[in-house]
Amino acid sequence: MSVVDIKGLTKRFDGGTVALEGIDLSIEEREFISLIGPSGCGKSTLLRIIGDLIQPTKGTVQVNGKSAAQARADRDYGIVFQDAVLYDWRTVSRNISLPLELARWSRHRRAERVKEMLDLVELIGFERHYPWQLSGGMQQRVSIARALSFDPALLLMDEPFGALDEMTRERLNLELLRIWEASASTMVFVTHSIAEAVFLSTRVVVMSPRPGRISTVIPIDLPHPRTAAIREDPRFFDLVTRVREALHLGIDVDRQLAAPSREATS
Amino acid sequence: MATIAAEQPAGHRRAAAIRSAAGRVGMLVLVLAILWGLWEGYRWLWIREGWTWPFVVDSTTMPHIYDILRQLFRNPTSGAGGDILLVQLLHAAWFTAKEALVGFALGASFGFLLGVVLSQFRLLQRGLLPYVVASQTVPILAVAPIVVVYLGSLHVAPWFSVAVIASYLTFFPVAINTLRGLRSTDRRAVELMRSYAAGRLNILWKLRIPAALPYIFSALKVSATASIVGAIIGEAPSSIQDGLGGFIVNFNQYYSLAPENLWATNLIAALLGIAFFLAIVLVEAIVVRRAPEHVA
Repeated sequence: MSVVDIKGLTKRFDGGTVALEGIDLSIEEREFISLIGPSGCGKSTLLRIIGDLIQPTKGTVQVNGKSAAQARADRDYGIVFQDAVLYDWRTVSRNISLPLELARWSRHRRAERVKEMLDLVELIGFERHYPWQLSGGMQQRVSIARALSFDPALLLMDEPFGALDEMTRERLNLELLRIWEASASTMVFVTHSIAEAVFLSTRVVVMSPRPGRISTVIPIDLPHPRTAAIREDPRFFDLVTRVREALHLGIDVDRQLAAPSREATS
Repeated sequence: MATIAAEQPAGHRRAAAIRSAAGRVGMLVLVLAILWGLWEGYRWLWIREGWTWPFVVDSTTMPHIYDILRQLFRNPTSGAGGDILLVQLLHAAWFTAKEALVGFALGASFGFLLGVVLSQFRLLQRGLLPYVVASQTVPILAVAPIVVVYLGSLHVAPWFSVAVIASYLTFFPVAINTLRGLRSTDRRAVELMRSYAAGRLNILWKLRIPAALPYIFSALKVSATASIVGAIIGEAPSSIQDGLGGFIVNFNQYYSLAPENLWATNLIAALLGIAFFLAIVLVEAIVVRRAPEHVA
């Protein structure tokens, strides 16, 4: 059974903008899916619809065979945004244990799980720090630990490393792969970076804008576990090139189709 | 910054803390000296030049500051007791402080609850908010006697009527800022809570209220001083003689004979307001854990 099953999905915003049109996508268990595309292609919107944060105009989203709303009520989602969105008044430990408090875990179980999570994201020793005492990369690791703390079936990440410098980003990419391999989660990952998408994913979903559509899905058959060395592998370059060409194709087609009307509106 | 500070040896940190405290005290003394100098300088210049705009300057309109301070240590001519003015005023300030504190507690609690309720029910907010705003356009001097008469007929102690009047000035900033704070929660923080299947009450309690605390505390600082003003104003129609309000009414009548008395009373009232303000700042420093640059 698929973890995520999207059929005939369309999202039209109140102003009339068509953010997504005719989206069909099925995500299998333990997949790592990247949604990539230029700004305005609706990749974040798609992520939010999967997470039941906004409602589709048409079409269905099923998560583990349930409606998205039911999946949210069952705490099937962990969400990570571009900014860590940590609660300033809570220490690192208490930020991570927030979802567990809401799920009414006992104090003892919470403490145990927080320790496991700190271990997983390598933040042992920072339990009692406040978010503003941490670097951006560390904050994002806390945010990932928080999202994973309650073992969600599906981790939704919206450009989680977009605000970080290249070095931190590559290190966190490796860390995220390690975390993904250690956990049973399925990942949906929104990104602007082609290299990041290829490096992390089992499949890359290339999207094109106006209206947001899926133009290609490219399977990434690089071996697991992946290491930093794979970034220099010729197969990695081939896949990066394929994603890039798919992206440009989508944009060029869009440009040709939309050129007259766009000039009129802008 | 805080992590860096935490890694410094304790001796350095203490020395830095002492330096910063000494700097503040020095700044305070400097500001007071400048204010003193401005007062006396203005007074000297206007009297020497005989200027009468915007008002005539003499020892009635602007007594010397040292006369005002000296008056604190004298028995006021119009005072009843045998104590020096300072002791009498401190007793009065203590009495007014109790009224103000009860009024502040009442008003702040009511304001907070009102803000929370209005934030949760949009329709109620639209219907009620104009009246909440209108309540503050009614002059407190007009409302005060009515409150005293109403509550007096219920055999409520007069000092409590004064506390209610003080709360009337207190609740409004707290209600408005609580509402504003609760509505300005980061949208993504709310989405996260929804993704944890948190209900409305949990979102309110674990996210919106803690996130609104800086807003609420800036209102509490305004309200703390407003509650003193409310208490002083409330004392007049209640004919309470034990508080600062009684002294102000009394000294006002004899202003031309001994202006220093009223100025000295104003000084004590101002110090009481500052004490209330600092108490809130202290509580805020303990309660609100924020990045240093976010603390107002």
